[in-house]
Amino acid sequence: MAGNTDPLSARAKLAVTAGKAAAAVSRAAGRGSGSVIGGKVALRLEPDLLARLSTHLDVVLVSATNGKTTTTRLIAEALRASGPVVSNALGANMPAGITSALAGGSDAKYGVIEVDEKYLAGVARDVDPKAIALLNLSRDQLDRAAETRMLAERWREGLAGTKAVVIANADDPLVAWAASSCPNVIWVAAGQQWKEDSWSCPSCGGVLQWSGDDWGCGECGFRRPTPSWALSGDHVLDPHGAAWPIKLQLPGRANKANATTSAAVAAAFGVHPQTALERMYDVAAVAGRYDVVSFSGRELRLLLAKNPAGWLETFSLIDAPPAPVVLSVNARSADGTDTSWLWDVAYGRLAGHPIFVIGDRKLDLAVRLEVAGVDFRVCRDLDEAVAAAPPGRIEVIANYTAFQDLRRRVGN
Amino acid sequence: MNDNSLRLVWVYPDLLSTYGDQGNALVVERRAQQRGIAVERVDVRSDQPVPAGADIYLIGGGEDRPQRLAAERLRRDGGLNRAAANGAIIFSVCAGYQILGHEFINDLNEREAGLGLLDVISTRGEKERCVGDVLGDIDERLGLPPLTGFENHQGITHLGPGARPFARTRFGNGNGTGDGTEGAWNDTVFGTYMHGPVLARNPQIADLLIRLAMDAPSLPALDDRWYEALREERIAAATQPA
Ligand SMILES: [Zn+2]
Repeated sequence: MAGNTDPLSARAKLAVTAGKAAAAVSRAAGRGSGSVIGGKVALRLEPDLLARLSTHLDVVLVSATNGKTTTTRLIAEALRASGPVVSNALGANMPAGITSALAGGSDAKYGVIEVDEKYLAGVARDVDPKAIALLNLSRDQLDRAAETRMLAERWREGLAGTKAVVIANADDPLVAWAASSCPNVIWVAAGQQWKEDSWSCPSCGGVLQWSGDDWGCGECGFRRPTPSWALSGDHVLDPHGAAWPIKLQLPGRANKANATTSAAVAAAFGVHPQTALERMYDVAAVAGRYDVVSFSGRELRLLLAKNPAGWLETFSLIDAPPAPVVLSVNARSADGTDTSWLWDVAYGRLAGHPIFVIGDRKLDLAVRLEVAGVDFRVCRDLDEAVAAAPPGRIEVIANYTAFQDLRRRVGN
Repeated sequence: MNDNSLRLVWVYPDLLSTYGDQGNALVVERRAQQRGIAVERVDVRSDQPVPAGADIYLIGGGEDRPQRLAAERLRRDGGLNRAAANGAIIFSVCAGYQILGHEFINDLNEREAGLGLLDVISTRGEKERCVGDVLGDIDERLGLPPLTGFENHQGITHLGPGARPFARTRFGNGNGTGDGTEGAWNDTVFGTYMHGPVLARNPQIADLLIRLAMDAPSLPALDDRWYEALREERIAAATQPA
């Protein structure tokens, strides 16, 4: 728990200062917030800085393929009911970014930290977290060959025997398998619409049998753990069976799932679900996602979808037809350079929407939509798409760097 | 065989559809339907028998462990071998391509037997993965325009005398043997390392499969302008690697 003595050695203090200086230089040079470069400098000077910086904090780690930035934010809001929080709110989720975020929180009680899936085991070893939230795992960035099951295995091995309370999604077999090596797990029925990475038993490779939300392996007996928390419609069910209303500004089923997990995490720190959920209402947008902006006299809602599971959840939250939809896809290195994943997205669900296609890889999208049999129009850029769109709020769905391009264009 | 219908089997989507491989099934289905051909598509999961009487079988790419499981189950099932013996058209990508050969290296670093439908043997490369856009020339006997695709594999595939290279690469690695070959084929069985998915990048290959399956000398032309625009862009990209 939070100690009062200064845990930082002279070397660690120097590392924090050097890191801050590097961050300031980076900012002055116009390279963004500088948090990553600052963290890198600091980590080089003091490799166990992450451990030192977190000794006086109750740390929560959040990892997943989708929803980790939003959930980190929701948990941070909930825990602020009980004390000051430091968090990597902007999604710098690798060790350098995490170090930089923690270095800014000397008087915090809680550290709520989003961690890239690939780094979770290492960060968990360094910071000795009190809680770890595991939301989902699905295919992402195919060109990196980051095989989904391998990630689950790394989680499973890295977290085996952890002292942390692990709050894990029982509805995602990969997450359930990863977390089932942990001694202390709180299972949450948070749902997972995407099933294409859940056909094989993560444990033995047998074919998983699904019946509604329930799943189990006929060969080795591995099956869905019994959840104690659940998302049920617009409510969170707590372990006592009480239902607490979710009132989020953030749209969509996936965010209700994120709120459910966040409420379970908050409860582990003594924050009542009602208090936690009320505080989550204050979150209107997360790093630009879900933001409604005006552009060229029109209203645009900016939605980020980075992989097939993310697109699926996004399709279920957009306004009904005939709301116009702009789709933007890039394949730069941060996105993954292989666009094959577009074929795992059910674009046929956009039938009835006027569709406008932009982005570096608009032609890949055009062929995808042509084969899906939906009408679309390819546009040069956002300006042309917005000018061509019929009346109504425009839903703009983009993958990672395409989303950053959009935010720059609309000045968000 | 009904005159104007096509039975299409997508083999083991639960194990071998990691790289958007469903796209190959969607493209064949769509392009046949646009020609007025009735398509009956069956997605066969790895706990189901592979029917032997269909016209076209598609098998995709996957991770190392699912690849081994797929090979085990396909060997045990025997349906795909029976289909091949019936003269069915089989088109395979990446991990599926390796499974159709005599053997490949599995996730346990052991030699795993394939189905022996293509005269190829696959090993694992020691160098970094082959990742990126590929441009090649398809075997001229097939009469198709250049091959464009995206490769992402560590495998190396050696062709025996019973298999012909599907293409010769101008840019990219293909089979990874250093001799410029990419993929393999015999009269009815095809294998390639190309994702993209490859039939979306090369609709003429999808049409070839339909023609072979239907025994049709030609098919009515379609409005392919988006495919053509994509091909032009990706071919240019392959010639100017980052
Ligand atoms: Zn099992």
